[in-house]
Amino acid sequence: MNIFLKILFVLLGLFIVLNWGLIMSGIIRKIIARVGMRRGIKVYQPYINLIKNYSLRSQLTHGVMFYLGPVFRLSGGVGIFLFMPLIYGSEYWSNFSFTGDLILIAYFMFFGMLGMALGAGEGGHPYSGIGVARGLAQFTAVEVPFTLAIIALAIQYKTLSISEIVAAQQGGIMHWTLFTNPLATIAAMLSFLGAMGHSPFNVVMAPQENPIGPPTEYHGTFLGVLQTNRAILHVVEAVLYMNLFFGGAGNWGVLILKSFLIYFWAVFVGMVFPRFRVDQSIPWLLKIPLVSGILAIVLLMIK
Amino acid sequence: MSDKQQNQEDKFLAPENRKHTVIGPEGEEIHVDPLNDYFCQDLPKVEAPYKGILEKFLNWARAESLWVLAFGTGCGSIELPPLFSPRFDAYRFGVAMRPTPRQSGVLIISGYLSVKTLKRVIRSYEQMQNPKYVIALGSCTINGGMYWDSYNTINRLDQYLPVDIYIAGYMPRPESILSGFNKLKERIKNGDAEGANDYAEKLDWYKANQKKIIKDWNMPSYNW
Repeated sequence: MNIFLKILFVLLGLFIVLNWGLIMSGIIRKIIARVGMRRGIKVYQPYINLIKNYSLRSQLTHGVMFYLGPVFRLSGGVGIFLFMPLIYGSEYWSNFSFTGDLILIAYFMFFGMLGMALGAGEGGHPYSGIGVARGLAQFTAVEVPFTLAIIALAIQYKTLSISEIVAAQQGGIMHWTLFTNPLATIAAMLSFLGAMGHSPFNVVMAPQENPIGPPTEYHGTFLGVLQTNRAILHVVEAVLYMNLFFGGAGNWGVLILKSFLIYFWAVFVGMVFPRFRVDQSIPWLLKIPLVSGILAIVLLMIK
Repeated sequence: MSDKQQNQEDKFLAPENRKHTVIGPEGEEIHVDPLNDYFCQDLPKVEAPYKGILEKFLNWARAESLWVLAFGTGCGSIELPPLFSPRFDAYRFGVAMRPTPRQSGVLIISGYLSVKTLKRVIRSYEQMQNPKYVIALGSCTINGGMYWDSYNTINRLDQYLPVDIYIAGYMPRPESILSGFNKLKERIKNGDAEGANDYAEKLDWYKANQKKIIKDWNMPSYNW
């Protein structure tokens, strides 16, 4: 395919994913409000917040790394998007996916956090450092079961290409990894709770615990970039789990439905369960998710 | 700045903010003047609004997304948490609480201001970025209320900060705070809520008033 056409479709895909991310966060906030018996925000409130943040008149910086923090975070989110095949079987919507994209995407998931740590460190706010330390510690614990699940999938499908993993799951719901490898799915879906930062694992961003952690000093355009990234990241991470465990998507409608349901899993758990402290969340992630991840690999090795 | 004023400032300066010398790893001496080295000494500038339909659109966005600094002074702050309960639900008006002044656009002065708190309020207000709005709750902020002859509370808030909306009452119920938010929205949409620019323009007058009250002024002249 023509490279310019390819880039055009990548940008179009990014635009769709960004808008779906913003609308989805609005819908989720609305659902959370209705559970709490409130009217809740307008569905398009995330757009208004974004416009307001980008249009702040005065902004200040603490140095170069302070600028680069949100940029790194955004490149982490966009990086995952760039190498993620969105629609199965479509050459136009497969972005820049290649044979080893699963490893690269797993790396990009951590990349943004590290950039954010550097930027927030230069913000000078002592609580930023605490938030970053908590966030990195928890996300490391999240990565362990997720990585085990990825290794289990690599053994099962004998590939590290997301497109091939999706292709192997075609032909009916019983071919999904959810049913062919339930232990890896359990490990990954439990670590997904931690990756999304909803209630049991949101102490990192919790305003009541420490003044909102890493983004304490970020405002205006900096915060706008972080919010943009969050909208993209929530969709592409849900799409990643959809591709790996739930059979991928044949068209945009299925992608939107499945990514919403996968994301809603984290929201649903968050609405039911109260918040963990970091010293509770890390051991939790290292119990059932870790054990089921190891069991998934061991069972595949025995077979 | 006169010598006398300078000496007075030094007396109240926190120990870590005094000029001092640090010995570096190679044995070299580094002279540190924290007020100049660690704090920005620039004064705020008037940021001219855009013209025409663009500014109208941005003002609409600003009005529909009011982020309130979670800063409670006096007794009125107890009226703020119910705003976000199912009964009053300020979220539907685009109002949300932010825990950090950097991200907030609205500062609610929720009651009497003691001199000690005024200093923190000024710091918080100055850390917020342009455009920013101030809502004053209760009679204490209008004329001192029942504290009008108190030895350590201020009487009129608008001598120290540019106030956009006063909400009268003792204390205002959450309903009246919501109606105050809607009045503030109208003001922003009309382009009248230029408190931050007003503060930058009349900074000398505001600073003179503030320093008259706060005797132990041990911070930079403007807290970015």
